[in-house]
Amino acid sequence: MTKVKRSFEEALVDLKDGQTVIVGGFGLCGIPEKAIEAIRQKGTKDLTVVSNNCGVDDFGLGLLLANKQIKKMVASYVGENKIFEQQFLSGELEVELTPQGTLAERIRAGGAGIPAFYTATGVGTPIAEGKPTKEFDGKVYLEERAIVGDYAFVKAWKADTLGNLVYRKTARNFNPLAATAGKITIAEVEEIVEVGALNPDEIHTPGVYVQHVLVGENYEKRIERLLTAKEVG
Amino acid sequence: MSETRDRIVRRAVQEIENGMNVNLGIGMPTLVANEIPADYQVLLQSENGLLGIGPYPTEAEVDADLINAGKETVTAVAGASYFDSAESFAMIRGGHIDLAILGGMEVSETGDLANWMIPGKMIKGMGGAMDLVQGAKRVIVIMDHMSKHGESKVKKECTLPLTGQGVIHRLITDLAVFDFTPSGMVLVEKIADLSVEEIRARTEASFTVSDGLKVY
Repeated sequence: MTKVKRSFEEALVDLKDGQTVIVGGFGLCGIPEKAIEAIRQKGTKDLTVVSNNCGVDDFGLGLLLANKQIKKMVASYVGENKIFEQQFLSGELEVELTPQGTLAERIRAGGAGIPAFYTATGVGTPIAEGKPTKEFDGKVYLEERAIVGDYAFVKAWKADTLGNLVYRKTARNFNPLAATAGKITIAEVEEIVEVGALNPDEIHTPGVYVQHVLVGENYEKRIERLLTAKEVG
Repeated sequence: MSETRDRIVRRAVQEIENGMNVNLGIGMPTLVANEIPADYQVLLQSENGLLGIGPYPTEAEVDADLINAGKETVTAVAGASYFDSAESFAMIRGGHIDLAILGGMEVSETGDLANWMIPGKMIKGMGGAMDLVQGAKRVIVIMDHMSKHGESKVKKECTLPLTGQGVIHRLITDLAVFDFTPSGMVLVEKIADLSVEEIRARTEASFTVSDGLKVY
């Protein structure tokens, strides 16, 4: 049975309204842009989306917001998006802000079978409200819960047909964690190679975590803030 | 760069020692990178997964897969490494980053920092700031001493929601440098133009004055 799928339609057959999805990427870097477009086309509603950011108005997860498919967003920073602001202020959209490192660890823990963990991050701040605390060696820590997704969507650079993944530069970010924490993980990549073509020492995500692999064409890879040495001077 | 901003940045860069691994926050802290002595081997960490941020790219070098935590295109220096977000914050939370220099909205006399949210305004999120203030070995905040409305941003208690409680080691403003110690906030440096009393008049927080008070 091959993990390589020809269409997102086939890979998304079990995606249902109200489910939780984990989406890799940081800003617009390393986001699974083809999967997001496919979810938009499928029209699945009331999704809880776990991702560091929520795209911009006309790209990335912003597309699902604009199409009113997101019920709740779990993120660390959502400041680049006007539609987000409108839906949040009108009460349509629920938001759970989570410190970035805590978000990464919650997803990692979800994939690693750890239900909760303790961290000093957020102690004494609004995000500590309602969370159990525990003291270790005289210091107070917050209990944070793991996150598991019904689906996880990741973007990698290369995959082999077994779903082994290699990422490129800072496009790695949340993707390897997301890959481990989906009950069904869909990896979209720029290139699929034969089994054996990837050096086992250089695989970032072992294929055991990945159920479906798709190759995407013509990646836009939009740059949020283009700065060059010339402009900066 | 304005004169006050320039003064803060020039003072802040003196906190960086050769060989350190440093995280610079978004905004004014990012400018500190330009002032690091060329002969220093300092690795700058970007919490999206890069240790060893290089200069901004030439047009030919621009790569959508290589950005900093401010989502700007960057390059990587020789010796840099890429990693995922969990590893990035293990590095931060685990105390492996020597120094974090962050911006601030308010600082309290007990070393609390508020820098992520203004109630009533749209919430953007804390990003990695709460993790950085808890995890970095040394946390330095740089900010203007007074708000645009002429109010002291160095408070008895923060009025804004906190990023971290008792987390700051040193505060550098355009008027003064303070250290946070078990016995309270201590003025350790000031600019030449103002007396200690004039700084006190511009500071809501109470502080003591170091015996070795210096001018910067």
